[in-house]
Amino acid sequence: MTALPQFSHLRHQIHQYTRTDAEQALNASRPGIHELAALLSPAAEHYLGEMAARSRQLTLQRFGRTTQLYAPLYLSNYCTNRCVYCGFSADNTIERRVLSLEEAEQEAEVLHSRGFSHILLVAGEADAIVGVSYLEDIARRLRHRFAAVSIEVQPLEEEQYRRLFTAGITGVAVYQETYDETLYDSLHPSGKKRDFHYRFDTPRRAGAAGMREVGIGALLGLSDWRAEGLSLGHHLLLLRNQFWQTAFTVSFPRLRPAAGAFSPLEEVTEKNISQLIFALRIFDADVGLILSTREEPHFRDGMLGLGPTRYSAGSCTAPGGYSNPDGNGEQFSVGDHRSLSDMASVIRDKGLDPVYKDWDSTFQH
Amino acid sequence: MLTIADSPFRSRLFLGTGKFGSTALLKEAIDASGTEMVTVALRRVDLRDPEDDIMTVVNQNTLVFLPNTSGARNSDEAIRLAHLARAVSKTNWLKLEVTPDPRTLLPDPAETLIATEKLVKEGFIVLPYINADPILALRLQDVGAAAVMPLGSPIGTNQGILTAFQIAIIIEQASVPVVVDAGIGAPSHAAQAMEMGADAVLVNTAIAVSGNPAVMASAFAQAVRAGRSAYEAGLGQKSLQTRASSPQKGSLSEDLSFLDDK
Repeated sequence: MTALPQFSHLRHQIHQYTRTDAEQALNASRPGIHELAALLSPAAEHYLGEMAARSRQLTLQRFGRTTQLYAPLYLSNYCTNRCVYCGFSADNTIERRVLSLEEAEQEAEVLHSRGFSHILLVAGEADAIVGVSYLEDIARRLRHRFAAVSIEVQPLEEEQYRRLFTAGITGVAVYQETYDETLYDSLHPSGKKRDFHYRFDTPRRAGAAGMREVGIGALLGLSDWRAEGLSLGHHLLLLRNQFWQTAFTVSFPRLRPAAGAFSPLEEVTEKNISQLIFALRIFDADVGLILSTREEPHFRDGMLGLGPTRYSAGSCTAPGGYSNPDGNGEQFSVGDHRSLSDMASVIRDKGLDPVYKDWDSTFQH
Repeated sequence: MLTIADSPFRSRLFLGTGKFGSTALLKEAIDASGTEMVTVALRRVDLRDPEDDIMTVVNQNTLVFLPNTSGARNSDEAIRLAHLARAVSKTNWLKLEVTPDPRTLLPDPAETLIATEKLVKEGFIVLPYINADPILALRLQDVGAAAVMPLGSPIGTNQGILTAFQIAIIIEQASVPVVVDAGIGAPSHAAQAMEMGADAVLVNTAIAVSGNPAVMASAFAQAVRAGRSAYEAGLGQKSLQTRASSPQKGSLSEDLSFLDDK
């Protein structure tokens, strides 16, 4: 397994850049990791508007006037980990629930009837409750109704990913949470998630298993967001070098209030997230960038077309929440409560086409 | 320093040995070029004959001897030639050329991929000659090619790097060395390839048929070094607009007033 440069080195590197470096990076014909670092620097904030312009142009050229839409489907909030920032932490006393296959199908039906064609199956990390066989069963039930079914669950072995791919899972998202290994160790005191390197290696295993799409991300608000961004760039490069047939995405989950009342360790502003998104887009014109309903409407609307390529909409983060909207046990409270159709009309008002389907289950037969 | 299959190379100029007016001229060119790898067409030499003209000037103590399968029309022929080369010359190195069309001598991508996969499994160090096809380069890399050798333009044409856009993609994606091979007609072409980030170039015709092969070989060596240095130093970006050399705010900027914390 290849490792990333040390987080503290990256953090140090980023703060060395000047405005001249930032401008050169902004105008580079083929921006690389060095340019990414310069664009993430405090000096580059001076050029945020220019970065947005280049990011918009690259996004338009590569993805066209479109924004993809998806919804998460929470299967279970059982979790054996004790991540201090997460509402699903085993330490929190919330109502625990795992959907039966029938209930999951019912939830999916609600999303399908609302118009979604891409769903993301989410579960807390509990092998005994949401295991590979359970996910296989759900994939087989859903694959014919949805164009793309991806998962955000506990890290699995390559062979398990291969089984899920065969069953109809198209993509895997697994976020490192933080690339700051020292901090990671202190935030994940127990459970399987303790192993930083096993988690870091997970996107590689998913890619090796042939997954069509692999998503990475860092939870913003834990450590220095600039160094997280540069680590994401390094991680992306490593993965791209190994899996040229895989599509990659990056997500930018920002810590929201959750059960357990963990306050973010570092402030990450909307301006910061926008700089991170523009910098990554300029660094990698092909990567899918995802902005979820964790963020507020004014920010999501403003960012449309500027770099992000995929939005979630109408999300509920509690298992069973679509069929029964009054339950509790959510992972985090969403910042944007608008429905899919409301979101679609906002997208259209921006001159963009809301895209529901960007894959087909037939590819995977 | 350039490394291919764990072998280091100080020189990034590789030489082809065909078309020289005499073996003496070839030897002068090899010496003047400073090259550390030469390729020899198996169909041109008698490897079993230690007195073979070409082999007498290819000093295998100082040079990596890279036999090539020039003339092979399919993977079976190329593999047979490879076996012969290894049996006689005791080297695992192989420049794989599969060129079914004798007119253009353009390489066959499908047969090249098949042969590469088989030869790598047999322990050969395979450097396939290919059209500048980025996906093929990746597929070859996946099956274990030690380097890829995309063409700048059809062999012997001296047209230079007509495939620059494709080669740039190959260089960006490849995790194995990229050696631009064929079509390099002038030192400036070699410099261009090196400036783009190619790991090395292979030159034959332009040196062999020049009025003074040794001087031309030296000119290529200088061009390759210059191009490599420029690449390592980082070229300035081309621009359609004049730009002040001190930073200034550009005119193309987005309105970001929606950010609540701007």
